[in-house]
Amino acid sequence: MINNDLKQIGYTRGDKVFPKFRVKDLDLFYGNFQALKSVDMDMEANEITALIGPSGCGKSTFLKTLNRMNDIVPGCRVSGSVLLDGTDVYGGMDVNLLRKRVGMVFQKPNPFPSSVYDNIAYGPKTHGVRKKSELDDIVESSLRQAAIWDELKDRLKKSALGLSGGQQQRLCIARALAVRPDVLLMDEPTSALDPISTGKIEELAQELKKEYTIVIVTHNMQQAARISDKTGFFLLGELIEFGATDEVFDSPRDKRTEDYITGRFG
Amino acid sequence: MKIVFAAMAAVFILCIVVICAFIFARSVPAIGEIGLFEFLFSTEWTPNNTPASYGIGTMIVGTCFVTAGALVIGVPIGLLMAAFMARYCPAPLYKVMKPMTNILAGIPSIVYGYFGMMVVAPIIRDNFGGTGYSILTASIVLGIMILPTVISVSESALRALPGTYYEGALALGATHERAVFMTEFPAARSGILTSVVLGLGRVVGETMAVVMIVGNSTALPDSLLDGVRTMTSHIVLELGYATDLHRGALIATAAVLFVFILFINLLIAAIRGKGRAK
Repeated sequence: MINNDLKQIGYTRGDKVFPKFRVKDLDLFYGNFQALKSVDMDMEANEITALIGPSGCGKSTFLKTLNRMNDIVPGCRVSGSVLLDGTDVYGGMDVNLLRKRVGMVFQKPNPFPSSVYDNIAYGPKTHGVRKKSELDDIVESSLRQAAIWDELKDRLKKSALGLSGGQQQRLCIARALAVRPDVLLMDEPTSALDPISTGKIEELAQELKKEYTIVIVTHNMQQAARISDKTGFFLLGELIEFGATDEVFDSPRDKRTEDYITGRFG
Repeated sequence: MKIVFAAMAAVFILCIVVICAFIFARSVPAIGEIGLFEFLFSTEWTPNNTPASYGIGTMIVGTCFVTAGALVIGVPIGLLMAAFMARYCPAPLYKVMKPMTNILAGIPSIVYGYFGMMVVAPIIRDNFGGTGYSILTASIVLGIMILPTVISVSESALRALPGTYYEGALALGATHERAVFMTEFPAARSGILTSVVLGLGRVVGETMAVVMIVGNSTALPDSLLDGVRTMTSHIVLELGYATDLHRGALIATAAVLFVFILFINLLIAAIRGKGRAK
C-alpha cells in the first residue's frame, strides 16, 4: 500500500515533491499554428481537474499532450515539459507504457465492434495478461468500478455496439480502467449523452477520484462547477486562469474568465 | 428517355435469362442421360470409349485444389499488402504502389498464363520435379492474379473504418501493429471476407491462364506436383470438337460452374448483409 500513500502526498523524487502531472512552459504547434502557448499547470492526485473554454481554445489539445495522443497528428510539435510523477513523458518514455498509466475516454463513445467482454479484455491482453481466470476477474472488477456490472453481467458476450450511448461510454471508462491506470483523461465524455447518462458519468467520476487522478475537458460549465476540484480556463491556446473551482467560478481574477463563465461569449 | 433506360435494363436481364435458359436447357437432358450422381462424382471421363463415361468428379476436385492453393498463397500476401497500403505505406511510395496494383489487375490472363509457363513452371520442374505443369504452378500464378482484388477491396475496407477504433486501441497502450491487426482487422472483417470471396470467384472462373499451366490430366492427382483439370480448362479443351452427349456433358459442366459462382455471389451478399446489419 506504499503506492497509495504516494498518491496521497504526491510523488517524491530526491527532496522534491511532485504532483501527479506537472506541466511547465508547454508550447504546441500544428505546423505553423501555435495551439498552446506556454502553459503551466499542476494536476494533483485524487482530484478532478476540469478544463473549460470555448471551442478551439486548446483544451482538448492540452489533454492529449498528457498521454501523447497528439503524436499521431501529422505536423504536431511540442516543447516544454510534461512531468508524470516527476518524469518527463516526452523524454524517452515508452509511449505505450505511458498510455497504460494514463487512460483516456473520448468524446464520442468508441467501443470496439466486438463483445462487451472482449472490449474490456483488450487492454489487459495488450499488456500481457493471458490467463482466462485473471481476465475474467479484471472484466468483472472493471465493470463494477464503472458501475455498469449489474446492467451488463448477462450480456458479456453480446456486441458492445448494441448498448445505449450512455452504457457505451461507461463501458469505455471500464475499458480504460481495465489496464489499471493512475490517471484518467476524459475528453468531453458526456457531450454526446442524455442528462440521465451524464448524471451517471458525473457520479462515477466522483467515485473514481478516490483512486485515480482525473482530468476532464468539458463544454458544460455547470458540469465543471459540480464535479471538479480545480478548474483551468483556456482561451486561444493560453491558460488564462487556473485554481480551485469555487474561486474560479465565484471570484475569477481575470476579466476574460468572468466574461466566459457568465456567458458573455463562447 | 425513361423508356430507353427501361429497354436497356430489359435487354440486360434478357441476356442473363437466355444464358441461364441455354445452359440449363442443354445440360438437363445430358445430365438426365448420364445420371446426376454419376456425372458429379464419377472420376471416369472417357468420351471415346464404348460405352462412354462422363464423370467430372476429377475436374471438380481439380478446381477445388487449385482454388484452395491460390487462396492459401494469395490471401495472406494480399491482406498483409492491404495493411501495408492502408496503414504503413509512406505517401510517396503509395503513389507508386497503388497504380502498380491496378496494372496487375489489368494484365490479360493469357499473359499470366505465359508467365506461368515460362517462369513458374520451369522453376517448379527444376526444384521439385514433375513436368512443372501442376496444381502448385497454377496455385502460385492464380494466387498472384487475385492479389489486386484482395488488396484493393481489403484496403478500402480498412480505410473506411472510423479513426476512433485505432485511437481507442492506442489510448489503451497498444502498439501500431496491435491496433491495426487486432482492432482494425476484426472491425473490417466483412469487407476483408468479401475481398477473399471475390478472389475465390475469380479463381474458380479463370480459364486461359489455368489451361496453360495446370497440366490438364484427367486422372485424380496424387500430389501438388501432379497436373489436374479444372472445370473451366476442361470445357475449353474439348468443346471445339465435342458432339452429341459429349457436348451436352461439357455444357452441363458449365452449369455446375455456374452454380458454383452463384453460390459464391450469394455468399458475398450474405457477408455484406451481415456487415450492414451490425
